[in-house]
Amino acid sequence: MKPSLAGWAFAAPALTVIALFFVLPVIAALGLSVTDFDIYALADQRNLRFVGLDNYIKLLGNPLFWKALGNTLYFVVAGVPLSIFVSLAAALLLHSKLARFKPVFRTALFAPVVTTVVAVAVIWRYLFHTRYGAANWGLSLVGIDPVDWFGDPRWAMPSIILFAVWKNFGYNMIIFLAGLQAIPEDLYEAARIDGASWWRQLVHVTLPMLGPVLLLVGILTMAGYFQLFAEPYVMTQGGPLQSTVSVLYLMYEEGFKWWNLGNASAVAFLLFLLMTATTSGLLWFARRRGAE
Amino acid sequence: MLAAATVNGLLFALAVLAVAPLAWMLAVSFMQPGEASHFPPPWWPSSPTLHNYRELFLRAGMGRYLVNSALIATGVTLVSVLLNTLAGYAFAKLKFRGREQTFRALLGALVIPGQVAMMPLFLLLKQMGLVNTYAGAMVPGLAGIFGIFLVRQYARSLPDELLEAARIDGAGELRIFFQVVLPALRPILVTLAIFAFLGAWNDFMWPLIVLGDQDLQTLPVALASLSREHVQDNELMMAGSVVTILPVLLLFLVLQRYYMQGLLVGSVKG
Repeated sequence: MKPSLAGWAFAAPALTVIALFFVLPVIAALGLSVTDFDIYALADQRNLRFVGLDNYIKLLGNPLFWKALGNTLYFVVAGVPLSIFVSLAAALLLHSKLARFKPVFRTALFAPVVTTVVAVAVIWRYLFHTRYGAANWGLSLVGIDPVDWFGDPRWAMPSIILFAVWKNFGYNMIIFLAGLQAIPEDLYEAARIDGASWWRQLVHVTLPMLGPVLLLVGILTMAGYFQLFAEPYVMTQGGPLQSTVSVLYLMYEEGFKWWNLGNASAVAFLLFLLMTATTSGLLWFARRRGAE
Repeated sequence: MLAAATVNGLLFALAVLAVAPLAWMLAVSFMQPGEASHFPPPWWPSSPTLHNYRELFLRAGMGRYLVNSALIATGVTLVSVLLNTLAGYAFAKLKFRGREQTFRALLGALVIPGQVAMMPLFLLLKQMGLVNTYAGAMVPGLAGIFGIFLVRQYARSLPDELLEAARIDGAGELRIFFQVVLPALRPILVTLAIFAFLGAWNDFMWPLIVLGDQDLQTLPVALASLSREHVQDNELMMAGSVVTILPVLLLFLVLQRYYMQGLLVGSVKG
């Protein structure tokens, strides 16, 4: 077998799987989103009709869609900066020359990342239990009345955000650590000779040098946070008062609970559009900042 | 002195926050039914019992779900490591027409969230008779762009002379792959395998959709439905969480060097 032929032959199995089970369905989803595919079409495809942009228009007029979009944006806008802040703080601490037992701390801080969302969500649901939870016990020690974390529409989303930050910060922490290790030591030396404090070193050396890593982490985290699903599914089932219905939760219910697959495909595409727009916006912003 | 105490103190506090929920889950899983429902929450089982685990495996069918999860995650791992390695090596070292364009198209597809494909994929698998089968649950994970990218990054450092020498000796491309390339790629294969296994084990949404049949459910799906039925049985649910988390946590602890390495190759050098 000639190397050129071998190249295609070696790549073909993986490419076939990706084409058949990913690329093709994505294209088909675009088609599906302009039909009224529902449980009747699932039974007999002759019931399928082309409806043009009807699904999209109906969604834009559906208050629950806007609610889900708002909840998802809330999760992204509050969760991503918080998550990045905690990750960066943890990485700075771990990177410090003063830190002891680094491998142990690194492993401990990373452990939540490899756990199964559903299983740890079960734990956190209990930690936030109104009557027996550790969260309210902690509050009671400082004299604050118990909070109905998952039962109060105002607190359900913040609780889920806290959980998500706990679960995910270790991932970005490792990426930040690698970024910190790549910053040349002489920059700090020069700053110290100029008498720069710890804080000024952070603002004028560390953060600018970390710029590209920050951008990458920002994009990865945002993409991940837009895909909120398992947490509300397990912890709140979208409630109370639909305060934790996310876009993907809506997609799941539309698609696989009510079997409105056309509608659900439109939801998925709108989310995809939103994610692409936000990522492009972030990149544009970074490029402009970098150019100036 | 003070600075060192602050840094280490903060690290310790963060580490406690990170690990405490997991440690507490383990403690509660050994408590008597109802014991955790007290205020303040007890930290330690007063008389440790395996009751919850017995209940899970004998009555709730946890053994079945454990087997399902293990089978699906192992299957995904074996197949995806082979397919991604073949493709990654081809993109790194074998010249073929359209190689660069294909690879760029693959990287472009990385931005598409997998959920967009879910509805048509479900219909496709239904047509193929794969809904409610292990194969159906495994399908989206059998090859991945990220995995191909990971292997390609690593395989580019293989010396061309090594491959040429094997070719001059008359070895076929398949033989070169299995006898020269695979052994040289061993570290990245381990990395790839951990990623695939953790990804498949921890996945929730796809198995939830494609495995409606209760006997086929994976641990996360089973745990989610158990927790809806048994909202009050905290001790039982914690034991369920332990069974779900422990295998992947142990795998990570044993092989964390490889995991971290893969995480960095996949993100920073991207």
